Amino acid sequence: MYPELSRDEILRYSRHLLIPEVGLEGQRKLKGSSALIVGTGGLGSPVSLYLAAAGIGRIGLVDYDVVDSSNLQRQVIHGTSTVGKLKVESARAKLLDLNPDIQIDTYNEPYTSEKAMRIAKDYDIILDGTDNFPTRYLTNDVAVFLGKPNVYASIYRFDGQVSVFDARVGPCYRCLFPEPPPPGLVPSCAEGGVLGVLPGTVGTLQATEALKVLLGIGEPLIGKLLLYNALDMSFDFVKLKKNPNCRVCGPNADIKELIDYEEFCGVPGHDHGDEGSAGAGWDITARELAERVKGNHLKLLDVREPHELEISALPNARNIPLGQLAARLSELDSADDMVVFCKGGTRSARALELLVSAGFKKVKNLKGGINSWAKEVDTNLPIY
Amino acid sequence: MPVLRIPTPLRSYTSGKSEVSVNGSNISEALVDLTTQYPPIKPHLFNDSGELRPFVNLFVGENNIKDLQGVNTPIKDGDKLVLIPSIAGG
Repeated sequence: MYPELSRDEILRYSRHLLIPEVGLEGQRKLKGSSALIVGTGGLGSPVSLYLAAAGIGRIGLVDYDVVDSSNLQRQVIHGTSTVGKLKVESARAKLLDLNPDIQIDTYNEPYTSEKAMRIAKDYDIILDGTDNFPTRYLTNDVAVFLGKPNVYASIYRFDGQVSVFDARVGPCYRCLFPEPPPPGLVPSCAEGGVLGVLPGTVGTLQATEALKVLLGIGEPLIGKLLLYNALDMSFDFVKLKKNPNCRVCGPNADIKELIDYEEFCGVPGHDHGDEGSAGAGWDITARELAERVKGNHLKLLDVREPHELEISALPNARNIPLGQLAARLSELDSADDMVVFCKGGTRSARALELLVSAGFKKVKNLKGGINSWAKEVDTNLPIY
Repeated sequence: MPVLRIPTPLRSYTSGKSEVSVNGSNISEALVDLTTQYPPIKPHLFNDSGELRPFVNLFVGENNIKDLQGVNTPIKDGDKLVLIPSIAGG
C-alpha cells in the first residue's frame, strides 16, 4: 500500500533503511506521507530541509513573504542570491536540489481562515512554524477541525517550546493557551530579537517529532511541552492535559468553525515589526517629524533598550526603555509636545497608551519607528 | 524556599534574573512575594482586578496549577515553579 522505492532512492535513504525502527517499510511510509509547513522562516528552514532530506513524499510550504537580508542570520534555507524573491520559491529550489524525488507544493498566499482548511485538508500532518499569534491559533483550530496532528514549536530570544498537539488523543494549543496575551505585551522576534541558531535547535526537534508521528515510532510529545533555554542549556518538560473547558476541543466546545484570528488576537497575522502604529490621530510619519523637529520645543522619547542606541539613535532624544517607563513617568512633563519612538513603532505605540492613560495629551507615535526615519529622512542611519 | 524560573521575555522585569527564590506556602503567597520583590512584573501576571491572567501558565514541577488547586496549590521548600510564556516567534 505504500509506494515502492526506486534503486536510487534505496541508496539515498540507506542510512534510514539500516535503522530497524525505520527500515524499508518506514521509508516507504515516509514516501507516501505529506506534511504542511506553515511558515518558511526560522523554524520552517530546518524543518523543511530535514523533512525533504528524510524523503517525505509531499511537502507543502505556506508563506507569502519575500526573503529579506535580515532573515539570513537564521533562515538558512534562503540565501543572499534569493533576497527579494518569494520565500516559498527560494525554499522550493533549495529543497528540490536536496531531494529531487519529492513533491513540493507552494502556497504563496496569506494563510487565512478562508483558505486554511482547503490548503491543509490533504496533508497528513501540520507543522506550525509561524511568527505570530493569529496564525498559531488558526493553525491549531484547523488541525483540531480536520483531526490532524499539529507539531508545534515557538521561539523567542533564547527560549524555545515544542509539543505535539493532537486533539484526538491529547490537548491542543488552546488547552494550554486559551487566550492570546494582550497586544503588545509579548514582544515578537522582529521587536525583541532571536539567537540565530535557536530556530535551528528547536526546528530540528520539531522535525524529529513530525518524523516520529509519521512513522509511528517512539514517544511523541503528546501531552508534554518541552521548554528549551539556550543560555542555561536546559531542557525542561511539563505535562499538558486536555482542558475540559477548551473552546475548540473540549466536550462543550463553542467554536465550531474558523474565526477571525487577527480580531481575536488584536494583532496582524505577520511579524514584520516595522509597521507599528498607535492608531488614527496618534501617529506621526518620519517626514512629518523631520519638519516639526526643526522647532526646538518638540521632545523626543526613545523607548528602546539601551543596547539598541549603539545601532542607531536620534540626537537629543531621551531614552527610557518601555519596561521602565511606568516607574519613571515623573521624569517627563505632560505639558511637553512629545514624539515617542522605538525600532519599528510597536513598543512606542504601547508607550503612548501608557502616557495617554497617565494624562499626557500632546504625544505622538513615530510610525514605523527609527527604521522609517532611516528609510525616509536620514539614509546614513542603518536599518535593523 | 521554592524557586521560580523566569522565562526570557519576563527577565527584563526581574533585573535579568533567570531564577527567583520566593517565600510562601502556596502559589498565591509566592506570587505576592515575587511582585513585592519585582513590582514591574505584576501587570504581566495579573489583570486589573488582581486575577492571574488567563494566558499565564504556572507549573509546579511538571504540573499546571490549573490541574491542581490553582493559586491555592500548596508549595514547599525545594519546589521548582516554572512560568511558561506565550511566545509566537518562528
